[in-house]
Amino acid sequence: MTAFILRRSTQSIIVLFIMSLLVFSGVNLVGDPVEMLINPEADQAEVERVIKELGLDKPITEQYWYFLMNAFKGDLGTSFIFGEPALKLIVQRMPATIELALFSLFISLIFAIPLGIYAGLKPESKISKTIMAGSILGFSMPTFWVGILFIMFFAVYLGWLPSTGRGEIGSFLGVKSSLFTLDGLSHIFLPALNLALFKLSSVIRLTRAGTREIIHQDYIKFARAKGVAESRVINVHLLKNILIPIVTIIGLEFGSLIAFSTVTETVFAWPGMGKLIIDSIYNLDRPVIVAYLMIIVIFFVFLNLLVDILYTLLDPRVRIQGSN
Amino acid sequence: METILEIKNLKTHFFTKAGLIKAVDDISFKIKKGEIVGLVGESGSGKSITGFSIIGLIDAPGRIVSGSINFKNEPLLNASSNRMQSLRGNRLAMIFQDPMMTLNPVLRIDTQMIETIKAHDKNISNQEAFRRCRDTLGLVGISSPEERMKAYPHQFSGGMRQRVCIAIAMLNKPDLIIADEPTTALDVTIQGQVIYEMQELCKKTGTALLWITHDLAVVAGIASKICVMYAGRIVEQGSVDDIINKPMHPYTIGLIKSVPSQNKRGEPLHQIEGMVPSMLELPIGCAFHDRCTETIEKCKIEKPIETNQSDSRVIRCFNFKDIRK
Amino acid sequence: MLNTDSNSKNINVFMYKFWSDFSESKVAVISLLILIAIVLIAIFAPLISPSDPYDLSKVSIMDSRLPPMAKNFAGDIFILGTDGAGRDMLSAIFYGLRVSLGVGVMSAIFALIIGTIFGISAAFFGGKYETFIMRIVDIQLSFPSILMALIILAAFGKGIEKTIIALVLVQWAYYARTARAAALVERSKEYVEAAQCLALGNKKIMFNHILPNCMPSLIVVGTLQTAHAISLEATLSFLGLGLPITEPSLGLLIGNGFQYMHTGDFWISIFPGVALLITIVSINLVGDQLRDMYNPRLKK
Repeated sequence: MTAFILRRSTQSIIVLFIMSLLVFSGVNLVGDPVEMLINPEADQAEVERVIKELGLDKPITEQYWYFLMNAFKGDLGTSFIFGEPALKLIVQRMPATIELALFSLFISLIFAIPLGIYAGLKPESKISKTIMAGSILGFSMPTFWVGILFIMFFAVYLGWLPSTGRGEIGSFLGVKSSLFTLDGLSHIFLPALNLALFKLSSVIRLTRAGTREIIHQDYIKFARAKGVAESRVINVHLLKNILIPIVTIIGLEFGSLIAFSTVTETVFAWPGMGKLIIDSIYNLDRPVIVAYLMIIVIFFVFLNLLVDILYTLLDPRVRIQGSN
Repeated sequence: METILEIKNLKTHFFTKAGLIKAVDDISFKIKKGEIVGLVGESGSGKSITGFSIIGLIDAPGRIVSGSINFKNEPLLNASSNRMQSLRGNRLAMIFQDPMMTLNPVLRIDTQMIETIKAHDKNISNQEAFRRCRDTLGLVGISSPEERMKAYPHQFSGGMRQRVCIAIAMLNKPDLIIADEPTTALDVTIQGQVIYEMQELCKKTGTALLWITHDLAVVAGIASKICVMYAGRIVEQGSVDDIINKPMHPYTIGLIKSVPSQNKRGEPLHQIEGMVPSMLELPIGCAFHDRCTETIEKCKIEKPIETNQSDSRVIRCFNFKDIRK
Repeated sequence: MLNTDSNSKNINVFMYKFWSDFSESKVAVISLLILIAIVLIAIFAPLISPSDPYDLSKVSIMDSRLPPMAKNFAGDIFILGTDGAGRDMLSAIFYGLRVSLGVGVMSAIFALIIGTIFGISAAFFGGKYETFIMRIVDIQLSFPSILMALIILAAFGKGIEKTIIALVLVQWAYYARTARAAALVERSKEYVEAAQCLALGNKKIMFNHILPNCMPSLIVVGTLQTAHAISLEATLSFLGLGLPITEPSLGLLIGNGFQYMHTGDFWISIFPGVALLITIVSINLVGDQLRDMYNPRLKK
C-alpha cells in the first residue's frame, strides 16, 4: 500500500514538473505583454525600465529557473493588472469557487443517485424514460446556455432569485461560507444548480447502468431468498456495490466542477477563481494565468492520487489480499 | 408423517421474445417432514426453476401460470409478498449453486448472516444474533468462527463459502431447505464432505431437504425419494431404492446406465442417444420419444400422463416395462 | 483479390442491416433527419438567409433590437428579431450554424485522424512506445477538456485556426484511447498473425486490416465527440476566447446577446441558443443509438 502511494506520488511530481514547463513556456513564448501594459506613448527609457522590472529581458531559461525558485517559496509572480501577488489573488477567491463546487456536487449527488437507481430498477417505466431523456438534454446543453436560461427565467422573468454575485457570508463551527445565510443561499442556488446539471446527467447514467448490472447478480437474489426486506436489498446490498464506481467518479467530477466553474462564474458574476482566470486571459495578465494553471494542475494531480487511494480503500477485494 | 411441501400440477412458463418456454410443465410431488428428496435432471430440464418457483423468485419474463404449491398446508402462489418475505430465509430457505456469486462481495460475513436473523426477528439483540451465527458456523464445520465472521467473502475458499451459505440457510431453523446444485461448483473432495455434513445436519435438526442436481450419484447416497425430470416434467418418481435398482422409465434407465461406476472397466460408456431438445422447439408427443428405445406410435402424438404405480411410485410413460411383474 | 461485384454487394447488405438496426429507435431517426436539415442549412446559408448579416452596407443601427416578427421602416420583416447592431437574427443563426458546425466537424476529423494513428500504432507496436503514448493520453484525459482548451488558448491567443488547434489537441486523446482499445482486440485475432506471416508491410496491416474493424467504435466516439467539440467551441466563444467577431459562431452570438438579457431583449441570446441546443442534442441522440447498436454487452 505504501509502495503504491510512493510510486503514484513520484509520478505525480514528475507530471507537475512537465506541466509547469509547458505552462510557463506556452504562456511566455507567445504573446507580448509589454505592449499590453505599457502606455503606447511611453518613451524607450520607460519601456526598458518596465522590461527590467518584470525580468523580461533575461533569457527564457533563466526566467523559468527564477519562476521555479520563486514558486517553491510560494511566490508565483505579481499580477500585471492588480499589482498584487498572483497567489494571493487566487487564494482570496478560492473559497468562493470551492463553496460553489461543493454545493453543486452535493446537489447533483442527492438527486442523481436516487434517480439513477430508480431508472435502473424500472427501465421500462415512463418515469425512467423521462429521466433518461432529461439526462441527455442535461448532458447536451452547454453550461453557459443553461446559466443564461436560468437567469432569464428565475431572475429576470420571475424575479425569485438574484442573478449575480455572492451573498452574505455566515459562519458555522469556525468555517465561513455564504451557505450559512439565507441571502447567501439565494445567491448560490442558481449557479450551483447550473454547474450541477451537467454532472447530474452523467451520474444518473452511470448509476442507472450500474444498477441494471447489479440487480441481476446472484447475491441480490440470494439476499431476497433470505427474506431480507426489499428496501434493505436496495439500500444496503445494491447501494454499497454501486457506490464504488460512483465514488471514483466523484473525485474526477469535483475536478471537472472546478474547471467548469470558470463558465458559471462568468455568467453569474460569481467572485471566484474561475472568473479571475477568464479575465486574466483577456487581459494577458500572465503571472495570474500561470499561477492559476499551476495551482489547478497541482490540484488535479493531487485529486487523481486521492481518487486512486480511495478506490483501493473502498473495494475490500482490492484492499485485503485473499487468503487463497 | 406430516407433509411439509405439496406441489400439484405446477406450470412455470417464460414468455420470451424468442418464444414461449415451458420451463416447468405440470409437475407434482410431495415432501414430508425431515425427508430428503432428490430432484434430478439435465441442464435445462427445469429443476432449478422448480426451486425458484417454490420460493417465489421467478423473474420476468417468467411467471407461474397454474398449479398449486402448499407449504405446511398454506398455499404459496397467491400469498402476499410480505408473507413470502416472512417465510423466506425463515421457514423456507434456499442454497444457490455458485457460492462465489451468492455472497455480496462488499459486505462482511457477519453482516450477511445477522441480517438474515434480524429480518425475521426485529427484537433480537445484536449479541444474541451474533452468538447464534457463530454457533451455526461451528455446526457446519468452520473453525474459529468468531474471527471468520469479520471477514469478507473473497477471503474464503469455495467450500467454506458454501458452508457459510448452508449456515445462513439453517440460521432460523427452517422446515425446508431447497438446495440448488449446492456441491456442483466445489472440488470433488469437498463435495463428499459437504454432502455428508448436510445429511447429518438434516438428521439432527429434522429439516426437510430438496436436493436439486444433475448428478444422480450424489443424490443416491442421501435422498430417500427421487424425482427425475426431463424437459420440464417429472418422468418418474419413487423411493431411492426403486429408482436406482428398479428403474422403469426409459430415461431413468438410461441415466442409471450412464453413471460411470456402473460400467465394468474397459467397456464403452453408455450414452443416451440424441440430444436434449431445445425448450423452444419441443416435439409433439412425449418429449423423450426420439431418443427412447421403447417408443410406440402413441408416444409420437400424445403426451404421456402420470400414472400411479403404488403409493410412492409415479411414472409418466406409455410403454414402460414393469419390472416388478 | 476480391472482385468488385461481391464488394458492392457486401456494402449493400451492410447498409441495409445498418439501417434496419438504426431505425429501431424512432428518436434516432428523427434526430438524424433534423441533423441532415441542419447540415443543409449550414451549407446553403448564403442562399437561404433572408439577408447577409455581415454585409455592413445592408445592416443599419436603426434596426437594432427589434423583437421577433417586427418590421422596420422599409417593411422588411425580421422573423426572429434583430441584434444590437441591427443584424437579422435568423440569418445570423444560419451563418452561425455554418461556423459552429464547420469548426466542430473539422476539429473532430483532425482529432480522429491524429488520435487513430497514435492509438492503432500504440496497440500494434506495443512496448515502451505504447506505454509512453498511453501515459500521455491518460494524463490528458484526467484533466477536464475546458481546462485544456483554456490553457492552449491562453498561450496561443484567439483566432479560428488556433481554436481548431485547441479543439484538436483536447480531443485527440479520446480517439487515441478508443482506437487503441479496438486495435488491441483486433491485434489478437488470427488474421493479423496471418497477415504478418505473409510479410505484408506493417503500415498495410494496420490500415487495411485493423483499421476497418475499429471503425464502428471510432464512429460512435466521433459522433459524440463532435457534439462535445461544438459545445466546447460555443463555450469558448461565449467567454470571448474562441472565434473572432468576424466569424461568429452560435456561441459568440449568445455571448453578444447576453448583455441584453437583463433588459428583456431575450431573443438575441435565446434563439441562437436553441439552434445550438437542437444541433447538439440531435448529434448526441444519433450517437447514442449508434453506441447501443455496437455495444456487444447489450446484445440479447
